[in-house]
Amino acid sequence: MTASAILIQFLNGLASASSLFMVAAGLSLIFGVTRIVNFAHGSLYMLGLYLSYSLFELLGGGPLGFWGGVIAAALIVAVFGALVEVLLLRRIYHAPELLQLLATFALGLIVKDVALWVWGPEDLLGPRAPGLAGAVEIAGRRFPEYDLFLIAIGPLVLGALWLLLTRTRWGTLVRAATEDREMAGALGVNQRWLFTGVFALGSLLAGLGGALQLPREPAQLFLDLSVISDAFVVVVVGGLGSIGGAFLAALLIAEIKSFCIGLGDVTLFGAVFSFSKLTLVVEFIVMAVVLVLRPWGLLGRAPAVARSSGAVEPPLVLPSPKLRLAGLAMLAALVLLPAVFSGYTLILMIDIMIFALFSVSLFFIMGPGGMHSFGHAAYFGLGAYGAGLLALKGGVPMELALALGPLCAAIGALAFGWFCVRLSGVYLAMLTLAFSQIAWSIVFQWDAFTGGSNGLVGIWPAAWLASKEAYYYLALSGCGLGVFALWRILYSPFGYALRAGRDSPLRADAIGIDVRTLQWAGFTLAGLAAGLAGALYAFSKGSISPETLSVPRSVDGLVMVLLGGIQSLTGPVWGAIVFTWLQDVVAREIDYWRAVLGAIILLLVLAFPGGLAGALGRLATRLSGGKAAPGAAT
Amino acid sequence: MSQAMNPPVLRVKNLSKAYGGVQAVSDVSFEVAAGELLALIGPNGAGKTTCFNMLNGQIAADAGGIEFEGRPVRGLKPREIWRLGVGRTFQITATFSSMTVRENVQTALLSHHRRLGSLFSIATRQHVEEADALLARVGMREQAERACGVLAYGDLKRVELAVALANRPRLLLMDEPTAGMAPRERNELMQLAAELARGSNIAVLFTEHDMDVVFSRTPTASSCWPAAN
Ligand SMILES: Nc1ncnc2c1ncn2[C@@H]1O[C@H](COP(=O)(O)OP(=O)(O)O)[C@@H](O)[C@H]1O
Ligand SMILES: [Mg+2]
Repeated sequence: MTASAILIQFLNGLASASSLFMVAAGLSLIFGVTRIVNFAHGSLYMLGLYLSYSLFELLGGGPLGFWGGVIAAALIVAVFGALVEVLLLRRIYHAPELLQLLATFALGLIVKDVALWVWGPEDLLGPRAPGLAGAVEIAGRRFPEYDLFLIAIGPLVLGALWLLLTRTRWGTLVRAATEDREMAGALGVNQRWLFTGVFALGSLLAGLGGALQLPREPAQLFLDLSVISDAFVVVVVGGLGSIGGAFLAALLIAEIKSFCIGLGDVTLFGAVFSFSKLTLVVEFIVMAVVLVLRPWGLLGRAPAVARSSGAVEPPLVLPSPKLRLAGLAMLAALVLLPAVFSGYTLILMIDIMIFALFSVSLFFIMGPGGMHSFGHAAYFGLGAYGAGLLALKGGVPMELALALGPLCAAIGALAFGWFCVRLSGVYLAMLTLAFSQIAWSIVFQWDAFTGGSNGLVGIWPAAWLASKEAYYYLALSGCGLGVFALWRILYSPFGYALRAGRDSPLRADAIGIDVRTLQWAGFTLAGLAAGLAGALYAFSKGSISPETLSVPRSVDGLVMVLLGGIQSLTGPVWGAIVFTWLQDVVAREIDYWRAVLGAIILLLVLAFPGGLAGALGRLATRLSGGKAAPGAAT
Repeated sequence: MSQAMNPPVLRVKNLSKAYGGVQAVSDVSFEVAAGELLALIGPNGAGKTTCFNMLNGQIAADAGGIEFEGRPVRGLKPREIWRLGVGRTFQITATFSSMTVRENVQTALLSHHRRLGSLFSIATRQHVEEADALLARVGMREQAERACGVLAYGDLKRVELAVALANRPRLLLMDEPTAGMAPRERNELMQLAAELARGSNIAVLFTEHDMDVVFSRTPTASSCWPAAN
């Protein structure tokens, strides 16, 4: 690269950093004060962009349409954020953090479908900024004026935030609440409006970040997820709750990305290495490195005390004879099912069983293991691709590929898990996300080997398993055994040790338990089980795409586990059944199925903060006239 | 009071620890022999808990030596020190809240018998008698089936003691064992501690910020605490 090219890439990086910083700062601010990880933050950004597009036309174009539109869009998003806080979040501040996450995720689903309904599925490219539509010459190259403006706006917003937080009473309260949550509790009446205000400000920043992108990027429906994962990365790299950290991290990541694009294809040691392809993962690699070297981010501080997970879970009870009987009856019904149903029902049932195993494997590490994973689809996908590639390219018989696929996933989990168990809480969740994104982008880009974005086709089961009935029984036995084994392990000394490490790492360590190694083993086991689900999935569909290990797939797993309730063994199975069925039925019948799903999730979260299984359990005890189960989930 | 016939189980020499500018523990030396009950006394903030945390390997000492049964243990991890035969309780109780009282002790026993790697046996069916015997010893046998998450504070402390005894320790560290207890309960607990020391020949080291407990209730205790800083 020439000196002028380097300068231009550097400026490009600065321009991209501004919006990224604004979204991330909002996310960080909201998390710092309310301790809510706002999964809908990317949706607010997307909303800001769409709104500014419409407002431009509504306000008659020109400078007023553009600048007025940008500001109005940001304000509308802020008001929306405040409404969300008052109507939704206020009701769930005391719910488990994962449930809060689920609620904000559901909100994102609704926003996405509203955007689809209002603006349609086409990409919308906005106008150029009046007055800044041209380009200036820098080092012999043309550089957009608007990008210069963006470069300036980032530090301006940072400065304004800094003034707000250090020079106003409100800012002092915000900082106090960020540093000490009990302190926030002691603020009493003010607290409610403080939280509303912070949420509005965070939303404003996200909306502004989106609106300002109007001349640079088209408004698209997938922006919510891509922006939220970028923002997560920035916040985690910078340090949760640190605005300065978010700025630094946004700069770092935007610059690295910009230089990856600038470098393009480079010949290294005789092989062509594509840096531009690296942009998809480079931020996740940066995050993984930062998390391993500085677990609390660049400017973050280690949390004062490792708090326990909060909600007290009731002890694990061995299933009663009645429950066992019910389980056996269910199994018998599943075995007899193909005698009654065929075709489509069997296909749906196979899907449900596969996702039940996936969901239980995620529950295994999230619940008893206390390790929140946002990237569990990596192991599902590794199992699917492992089996598929072995069968297609390795010439391995299907039966063997089915057995070896999960092993590939376990090896992946073994490698990634080693890093993951060194962290906890949100940081752990982000690292799992990073690893799954890395796995995804390898699969997505390695056209020659994995088929790239087209995926693999023609992964068919062996002849004797080709009929739907035969495959149904294969899936039933594979998933049944997998789920049963995971449940069984939870009752074993290993399972108890895993829960011990979650309940009190301090005590576990003081009675000779090597918590990390144990969690590592648990993570790997869960990866193996998810891999089995993935391998069964591959042969049942006949083709797989990178979607099998994408973030949305991981989120599906999270939704299943949380829907069912994290405090009961059967919860994740019910969650998988309801979710898979809903997705199938609703998606088939209703155009706006995401919004319906989101609304259902929101209602369930608000009505049953303990998850479906907990609610069903309470209902059952009430119906049978018994007392509430000891310590039933509240 | 050192008992001349017994060699010291724990020997602490010139132990120090500072947090930033705060000298939490400075130059502390003492010994505890088998069968001896020794109190570390000092007001809140004197550094007693910090001292315990160094003894069981939870935090690294800045300087000084720690010998357990003649073997230097400074630098070992808590779980390694536990395996050597050191049990401890915490000032703020640390138990497994999603387990019953008995399961807490069973988990410690499973770890002691090195069976935590077992994947398919049923944990609650292991070491039941041994767990109940330990619970009987601390007076928690009747509450064995209760969830740890719902216990009263004093009961939690006794569960913790049972857990700490699961590896048949030769040295027992109890951090403020009677804090938050009613006088009667305190009496019983200190009697139990004295019994453990004398009856089972365990070296018992406990911390206490209330002089009454030390001097009126445990006549065998002696103070080794230097003037508080
Ligand atoms: N993790 C820590 N970081 C900073 N200072 C600490 C920490 N733990 C203890 N201290 C300080 O060390 C001193 C001794 O504390 P501690 O050992 O808890 O005393 P005690 O148990 O005798 O009440 C106190 O001044 C306390 O503030
Ligand atoms: Mg103390």
